[in-house]
Amino acid sequence: MQNMQSSTSRTSTNAIADQAVALRAENVSVYYGAFQAVRNVFLDVPKNQVTAFIGPSGCGKSTLLRCFNRLNDLVASARVDGKISFQGRDLYARDMDPVEVRRRIGMVFQKPNPFPKSIYDNIAFGARINGFRGNMDELVERSLRSAALWDEVKDKLNQSGLALSGGQQQRLCIARTIAIEPEVILMDEPCSALDPVSTLRVEELMHSLKEQFTMVIVTHNMQQAARVSDMTAFFNAEAGEGGSRFGYLVEYNKTQDIFSSPQQQETHDYVSGRFG
Amino acid sequence: MTPSPPSDHLSDTQPGSSPPNTSVESQFAYGVSPGRKAFGAFMTTLVVGCALLAALPLFSILWTVITNGVAHLSPRVFTELPPPPMVDGGGFRNALMGTFWVLLLASLISVPFGILVAVYVSEFARDSQFSKFVRFGINVLSGVPSIVAGLFSYGVVVLLMGGFSAWAGGVALAVLMLPIVERTAEEGLKSIPPEIRQGAIGLGATNFQTISQIVLPSALPFIATGVTLSLARAIGETAPLLFTALFNQFDAKSLSDPTATLSVLIYNFSTSPFQNQKDLAWVASLLVIGIILVISIVARRIAQRQAF
Ligand SMILES: Nc1ncnc2c1ncn2[C@@H]1O[C@H](COP(=O)(O)OP(=O)(O)OP(=O)(O)O)[C@@H](O)[C@H]1O
Ligand SMILES: [Mg+2]
Repeated sequence: MQNMQSSTSRTSTNAIADQAVALRAENVSVYYGAFQAVRNVFLDVPKNQVTAFIGPSGCGKSTLLRCFNRLNDLVASARVDGKISFQGRDLYARDMDPVEVRRRIGMVFQKPNPFPKSIYDNIAFGARINGFRGNMDELVERSLRSAALWDEVKDKLNQSGLALSGGQQQRLCIARTIAIEPEVILMDEPCSALDPVSTLRVEELMHSLKEQFTMVIVTHNMQQAARVSDMTAFFNAEAGEGGSRFGYLVEYNKTQDIFSSPQQQETHDYVSGRFG
Repeated sequence: MTPSPPSDHLSDTQPGSSPPNTSVESQFAYGVSPGRKAFGAFMTTLVVGCALLAALPLFSILWTVITNGVAHLSPRVFTELPPPPMVDGGGFRNALMGTFWVLLLASLISVPFGILVAVYVSEFARDSQFSKFVRFGINVLSGVPSIVAGLFSYGVVVLLMGGFSAWAGGVALAVLMLPIVERTAEEGLKSIPPEIRQGAIGLGATNFQTISQIVLPSALPFIATGVTLSLARAIGETAPLLFTALFNQFDAKSLSDPTATLSVLIYNFSTSPFQNQKDLAWVASLLVIGIILVISIVARRIAQRQAF
């Protein structure tokens, strides 16, 4: 907390009580090789709320999001500086098992990516590998219901997940993430491939899931950020020395404040559509 | 070919029959000169002729094998042993069983081996120097003459075990099957979108779980195609078996005994001076061709079921 407040000159984070913080980034910088994609981010993600990341393309939203469940480990050139903690524990500590991290912090991707398996198995897979011992049929139904997909697929659970429409596929991906009962769900532009109706359903879904999960969502749709999120972080990119563009956190605050009374001129320009 | 009737064309060329600009216009619309038409017809004939000529040997082989084979096909070829010279009847159940066992051994060696190599090359070391080296090695292996694969197995298995055996034949065929299995498996693995892997990893799957439960099953149609194609290749191979599995007039008592196979039986009996043995060779040829046909159809069917 100390550290955070001393360097939040550009951000105006409301101090959140420590026990209400799910994820905390302290002075996080992310590099791809020598290229710095994200610079010096301080940010607290509150528990059981929806936090939105907005900002222009290439400012490092996905990069930062992927650091929260160590998915950047898959990119050989990626390196994370600073500290990211989850419920007070350093995610990148030596003794932290990335597999365990991902089981507790789930991810929904920008492009729906169901497994080429049946709808049922798409959901059962995650649960099985997480050592689920209960009633699988019941878990599948519960997860599909939570993802508002049950009624559409209940008669074809044995059909391939790939045979669903894009919107249904995305809700299937959300359902399979819910099924592993993570504490945090990260969503990277979950609605970018969806039509307005499906988008609305996913948004309703986020509202209802908030009680159970902490959510972080990246979106390019500002109305969506305004509709679904409690907190909003605005990122921007700037050309650094040598001309390479790095992303940084401009402002982080209650969504309402970001949209109605932004503290920074850049934020104001972006949310009012007067950007670049 | 243009749809123009030739009379149009001729009338256009007659001076004064139409204004010059109409003539130019119709020249564009219909104007294929007789020379080009003739050339086109000639080329078409040539290409079709070559295609027919190329198919001719195939059909003549099929025709010969089918007529000669069917004439002597009977249930006893599946149940009886090869007859001594001058004796009528008989069959080659030993060669059928031998081919089955040798192919099974070859598959048991080459399929897991090939899949593991493909998994390593495509999942763990995609662009490393070592995987380039492995891929180069596989390419070379696929060009190795089959008799050299037989020599390899002779040098390793026959000499070590002190005799000809189904094992030795299996190893020789496995060397030939390996590059086919590895290549198709690798292609299959590469066709699985990376998002699928990230999805599994993002759910907390380990590398092993991701590969064994998501990636490999998705690539299964490719792998099955590769396995069936490699079997079709292996079942017809004779040279590498001549000095590895050798032959056996009787049922092989174990996998460590010399073993009869269909291809070697065909080789031995077709050059025999005895008509009955020649006839059995035709029946065996018919069976081999039939099996390859079935395998190819199965492979095609599987290949159509691909998820991506
Ligand atoms: N795997 C990678 N290797 C190298 N550079 C990368 C990689 N992924 C992203 N980058 C770079 O990092 C920067 C941030 O990318 P990132 O995907 O995080 O942006 P983003 O804010 O999510 O953009 P968008 O809104 O378009 O999704 C970009 O300049 C991008 O080129
Ligand atoms: Mg992104």
